[in-house]
Amino acid sequence: MSAKRGPSDRVAPSRQRVALSRAFYRFNQNPLSILSVFIVGALLIIAVIGPLIVPFPDHLLGQTNPASRFLPPSGDHWFGTNEVGQDIFTLVLAGARISLLCGLGVVVMAAVIGTIIGTISGFFGRWVDEVLMRFTDLVLTLPALILAMAIAASLGPSILNMTIALALAWWPGFARIARGEVLSKKEELFVLGAKAQGAGATRILLRHILPNITSPIIVKMSLDVGFAILAVASLGFIGIGVRPPTPEWGVMLSVSRSNMPHYWWTAVFPGLAIFLSVLGFNLLGDGLRDVFDPKARR
Amino acid sequence: MALVEIRNLHLAMRTHDGEIPVLRGINLELERGRITGVVGETGSGKSLTGLSISKLVPTPPGRYLSGSILYNGQDLMQADEGAMQALRGREIGMIFQDPTTNLNPSFRIATQMIDIALSAASKDPAILGLGSMASRRERRIAARARAVEMLGRVGIPEPAERIDAYPHQFSGGMRQRVLIAMALLGRPRLLIADEPTTALDVSVQAQVLRVIYDLVRERDLAVMFITHNLGVVAQICDDVAVLRTGEVVESGPVSTVLKSPNHAYTKALLVSVPTRAMRRGDLRVAFEGEGAAE
Repeated sequence: MSAKRGPSDRVAPSRQRVALSRAFYRFNQNPLSILSVFIVGALLIIAVIGPLIVPFPDHLLGQTNPASRFLPPSGDHWFGTNEVGQDIFTLVLAGARISLLCGLGVVVMAAVIGTIIGTISGFFGRWVDEVLMRFTDLVLTLPALILAMAIAASLGPSILNMTIALALAWWPGFARIARGEVLSKKEELFVLGAKAQGAGATRILLRHILPNITSPIIVKMSLDVGFAILAVASLGFIGIGVRPPTPEWGVMLSVSRSNMPHYWWTAVFPGLAIFLSVLGFNLLGDGLRDVFDPKARR
Repeated sequence: MALVEIRNLHLAMRTHDGEIPVLRGINLELERGRITGVVGETGSGKSLTGLSISKLVPTPPGRYLSGSILYNGQDLMQADEGAMQALRGREIGMIFQDPTTNLNPSFRIATQMIDIALSAASKDPAILGLGSMASRRERRIAARARAVEMLGRVGIPEPAERIDAYPHQFSGGMRQRVLIAMALLGRPRLLIADEPTTALDVSVQAQVLRVIYDLVRERDLAVMFITHNLGVVAQICDDVAVLRTGEVVESGPVSTVLKSPNHAYTKALLVSVPTRAMRRGDLRVAFEGEGAAE
């Protein structure tokens, strides 16, 4: 738009900037939100470049070193070594990639399935709603971990199967949120307006309703990544999903059970990694909620 | 022949207390080039009559008991949803009362208008002035040009630039004008305006009325103008129908009906417009008089 610039051209971009800085302000209102950005940011960086910067890359390939087993934390081995002499710092860093990948995978898959089911249910109502929501309730009554165990057991243990299994147990929450949002959004006047313009059901759903229900779904996604990481670790702990020697936090915890309490470092550091990532994503979700939905603040 | 003829339309609504008739035999005609005012108090069935023409009354809870709505000779009561979708936007444009909630907050004005123009053009390519062979890109550019043109037509300053704004960046009056522009993108023959100026202040109201009035003269539109403001009716309408509890109690040319009302309810409505010469208590008397006339 290189034509003559009237006073109103300046209004639009500056308003956009105002909206952005307001979002930033709301996010920064809570110091914990900023902390969460650092935690999650660090986690993402480690997940991407972790295996490249670890001090003992050979240990990731399954190399053992019986001479240096159960060394306590020191300058050489920051987090100590485990029962086969592998550097725990190396394993924890490398584990970030799998935990994060699975956590994100679970949440993204669950959000897609849940949003589709919830949106259809809320939009079409009547018997479609009844059938889909009763099915959702049914899935909800099954404990997620047990369901995931059953699915993982029948599909066979692998990282992908575990992710799918968790996603299949995870979507009902998203379906319920999506349904509720659709129910309120479909009564909005702009939907009636779109109908009066001759829009069909698909167009109304995709153009007018879905774009307006994304923020609660995004918030739930960021909150859930932490819990999904926890669930992945739990499945690793009980021996479904990731198998040793692939470094995974849950698996590491499970193995180190027998080393407690004497060799505490074998359990504490993977546990701390899980703790920090769950905390980070939770706080991030809270921060995003402040941005997207300021009214929901307590 | 009138563009729209509503004949003896009965509509009932299901409630907790059973089915209640809300439209009880509406008869109404809308002609091209004329603005027909539909007045009446809250709950008299004005909006439901308007929504019935484009069949946007949800059924259930609504149920049409009898009657017909002839649009250009076609009975809309018999038309299926697909046929209605083809009519909405293309033949029948609608504007609603509250401009603040009638635009999708997630998209720029441009996106929404281009969308509507493209979907209207998929049924009638002539709207964009392009042949049916035009490429996607050409159609988008033409749709945008048409949207800008319509915004300019309804009096949005600098439409080519303002079109990229989001709805919340517009004032109420501007949004209502955007909605009018949107409703007219498909070149409808009938415009149903459901209290288009109720949410606006008087100066903006005058602008919006001007736009509607000019468009009727320019495009030979038939307009159903739903309002409870008799002043507005006197200003721009050619005909008027007075509704009360789902019935048309009086209709005819504005000058006749407003100057020498026949029905007691019309008289009461007219008296209920406060004037400066009125004293305290006059309005109450007017309403008691109306109650006595029952």
